[in-house]
Amino acid sequence: MRVEIATSNLRAAADGCSHVHLEATNIRGLYADLVRQYPAFEKLVRKGIAVAINGRIFQDDWTAPIPADAELVLLPYIEGG
Amino acid sequence: MSTSTVSTTINGDAVQFACPTDESLLDAIRNRVGLTGVKEGCGTGDCGACSITMDGRLVCSCLVLGVEANGRAIETVEGMADGDQLHPLQEKFIEHAALQCGICTPGFLIAARVLLERNPDPTEKEIRYALAGNLCRCTGYDKIVRAVQAAAKEMRKASKKRTRK
Amino acid sequence: MRQDTKFTNQNFRVIGSRVNRPDGMDKVTGRARYGADYDAPGQLVGLFLRSPHAHARIVSMDISRAEKLAGVKAIITADDLPDLTNGNREMLDILENSMARGRALYDGHAVAAVAASDVKTARKALKLIKVEYEQLPHVTDVDEAMQPDAPVIHDWIFTQGVNPTPKKPSNVCNRTEMGHGDVDAGFARAAHIIEKSYKTEQTHQGYIEPHACVASMGPDGSGELWVTTQGHFAYRNVCAELLGLDIAKLKVTSSEIGGGFGGKTHVWAEPIALALSRKANRPVKVVMTRDEVFRATGPASSTSIDVKIGVTKKGRIIAASAELRYADGAFPGPWAILGAMTSFACYDLKNVKTVGYDVICNRPKVAAYRAPSAPMAAFAIESTVDLAAAAVGMDAVDFRIKNAAKKGTLSSYGVTYGPIGIGPTLDAAKNHPHMKAKLKKNQGRGMACGFWFNFGGQTCSTINIAADGTVNLSVGTIDVGGSRASLSLIAAEELGIPYEHVKASVADTASLGHNDMTDGSRGTFSSGMATIVAARRAIEVMKERAAAMWDIPVDKVDWKDGHAVAKGKKNSKLAPLSLKEIAENSPNTGGPIAGHNEFVADGAGVSFASHLCDVEVDPETGATRIVRYTVIQDAGKAIHPDYVEGQFQGGAAQGIGWALNEEYIYGEDGRLQNPGFLDYRIPVCSDLPFIDTQILEIPNPDHPYGVRGVGETSIVPPLAAIGNAISNAVGLRMTHVPMSPPRILAALEAGE
Ligand code: FES
Ligand code: FES
Repeated sequence: MRVEIATSNLRAAADGCSHVHLEATNIRGLYADLVRQYPAFEKLVRKGIAVAINGRIFQDDWTAPIPADAELVLLPYIEGG
Repeated sequence: MSTSTVSTTINGDAVQFACPTDESLLDAIRNRVGLTGVKEGCGTGDCGACSITMDGRLVCSCLVLGVEANGRAIETVEGMADGDQLHPLQEKFIEHAALQCGICTPGFLIAARVLLERNPDPTEKEIRYALAGNLCRCTGYDKIVRAVQAAAKEMRKASKKRTRK
Repeated sequence: MRQDTKFTNQNFRVIGSRVNRPDGMDKVTGRARYGADYDAPGQLVGLFLRSPHAHARIVSMDISRAEKLAGVKAIITADDLPDLTNGNREMLDILENSMARGRALYDGHAVAAVAASDVKTARKALKLIKVEYEQLPHVTDVDEAMQPDAPVIHDWIFTQGVNPTPKKPSNVCNRTEMGHGDVDAGFARAAHIIEKSYKTEQTHQGYIEPHACVASMGPDGSGELWVTTQGHFAYRNVCAELLGLDIAKLKVTSSEIGGGFGGKTHVWAEPIALALSRKANRPVKVVMTRDEVFRATGPASSTSIDVKIGVTKKGRIIAASAELRYADGAFPGPWAILGAMTSFACYDLKNVKTVGYDVICNRPKVAAYRAPSAPMAAFAIESTVDLAAAAVGMDAVDFRIKNAAKKGTLSSYGVTYGPIGIGPTLDAAKNHPHMKAKLKKNQGRGMACGFWFNFGGQTCSTINIAADGTVNLSVGTIDVGGSRASLSLIAAEELGIPYEHVKASVADTASLGHNDMTDGSRGTFSSGMATIVAARRAIEVMKERAAAMWDIPVDKVDWKDGHAVAKGKKNSKLAPLSLKEIAENSPNTGGPIAGHNEFVADGAGVSFASHLCDVEVDPETGATRIVRYTVIQDAGKAIHPDYVEGQFQGGAAQGIGWALNEEYIYGEDGRLQNPGFLDYRIPVCSDLPFIDTQILEIPNPDHPYGVRGVGETSIVPPLAAIGNAISNAVGLRMTHVPMSPPRILAALEAGE
């Protein structure tokens, strides 16, 4: 499935691509495939990144399932006040 | 610096404590008397969290020396309720959600009480200026002013009833 | 385990009512205990020695005379704090920010700490510590720090996000770009292009309660920390890691918190207080002065931002771009990234690009401040949006309505929106009576929109049913503004009991599983969700107990309005059992009744606000008075409307202070010149009018009640709303925040 990468600093880890193709049924699998294809993501995933599945942002929970045809966007991990 | 023995009245109770002559009344009340309702937000007279009354006058206790309390009557937030009966200001602050974190609340209650003792029917502007020495970072003052208005109204009603009797 | 937390549109019994908060009584009588209101027997006083220089090498430090002073029990310097962070640079930054390691990086940076038997002795000891500094060149301005000839503060920072990574270190730690479409093509087709540059000065969260804690550590590695914090679990984990402790052996109890706004999500003195206590083997109390709070904690970034917006003749934004430069202070942070992500989030744009630069300078390490980084970006973007509207001759509200993001819009940060509230807040703004109010001389009306993400995060709650049917609700998110009231409402709603039967408290770290901090507007959202699930689990238990009492199968038991009800004809004679009856019988039906929930509460819905503001500018003094102010914001669902309004009003007031007065002023020497409430002037009661609020409720599809976070968004629009109002009042486009009297006066004079 197609996964958009929102920001340039994350894109840098994917050789500058604005999207990647990954296979997964949940977030853990998504990150695993991401790191397998683009090892530069390992550090980023460990530090924390986020993924939006159909517009809903997941920061910590890697168990969330990924429906087929979902819109997927990788985002930086964000913090609030 | 020498130490001095201070005899004072706090919320109606006779209190004695010994404190260095350069210690603020705020520190003395908090650390020697143990009344921690009086808060320190700045220690420089800018925030009003340490507001108390001394012989009925509103002061920042961080700007008063402990030794100056000798022979005076001090009132703090701990003395506002009458037994189990809250002061109308205390009641209205809760009802109107006039506090979020509440760190400024003791100072506001004392300052507002002094205002209402002098001016039972203040305008919004008078309330805002009377409380301008107290900082609140949480509420934007909206609900604080409304709580003071509501308390003033209730206190006026109560005093009318009393005079009619 | 995953729970279903989808919105169900149920009818509410107590949710939405304005009940009295459970901690109100303690807080109006002075009984509530905040950070500084706790003492441990035998405690010492901890004080810090801080750098008077903006940037200096610590050539030598002699603590021997201080150590010999009677009453001094421990002194901590960087030498006592080995780096245990295992290559985790962010953790090392936190440690180094708590105590300088060889170099002081900003005015106020701690260089040593003392624990002594009393304040006087501790002060004397600080004076006896001899520090020899070699002053280094410093830089405090964000634009200057980016110059090629600026003093480079860290030799280990090589700009990330540029290809190839530079070979030379610089103060630019990160460049982040995002967006979609083709902005150049968009601008080429624009009828009007508006370009403008802005600057905003550094502000502080300005909580009235200074940081305070009592740390107590024994040589056995066990310890306790009483502390004012937005996240006691996070404080525990960070302190344990920095000091090499077992997490479970450090018990952190959160005091009542006297305001945080993001500033109490980060540790400052706490690890040092623990280190002092460990060394002295005595409890140590540390209470910061206001001066220390300003110089060494908080603040938000100062910024410098360029915006470019292209519009068609018909008033559609066809391209938008922004470059945002955020000062992170002495250590890297994500602040420009957040600015870049939030910049254009309110709009439906085909072509958009934002670039953020995070920049190091000799100022305190920036901390989150309510919707961190969004207000400054919104100031720049929303000011320019007003200019764009004017360029096509459109009303500011209509222009925004025309360009607003909606369900299905691809947001500027790359995510497609679900149902969102920007359109409805704008419609409400357009129809608000405020819009029709008459303006007097020198008065102007302005408006602006704001966006914030909101977060969820790790959360757990426990419900314990007492023997008489009253209920203890234990949560692990700090109550910063009345969440114990709203969470009690939620428990009461679910269990079908009166609000007054619920007692909510914030549990210490030994009593509940890990909870993330109360930040990102997550308190009521996340703990609310956890409470709903915990209550539903407790109900499952109670159904089993009722089944046992009736001796029927549990699948024949329903829960309705606080009662177990027996289903089926056969059981029609069984009278419903109340929660109280079930609780009373619990000893004989299996023991105590509880419901727990631990999970990650993701799915916090984004939130939007539109603010309206009337100002009056005094042409003689340049002073701006807020005449009228209205906040319109989507809350998803207001659990306790009073405290939702309170968040709206408080955020607006902070934004007003930011817009008009508040700023860190650094001298040529790089020292902070106004570290006190007299010179760093936050709004006082007489500065403000009543702040009107309108709560919209566009349900968050990912919360059972539809709740969205509400705490932060309200600080986003005020800077721009006020800037726009000033522009409409006196025809001046202010581009430098704060729009303080001297700045407005200077602009007025320059304009004449
Ligand atoms: S502590 Fe006395 S005025 Fe702030
Ligand atoms: S309620 Fe927090 S400072 Fe006033």
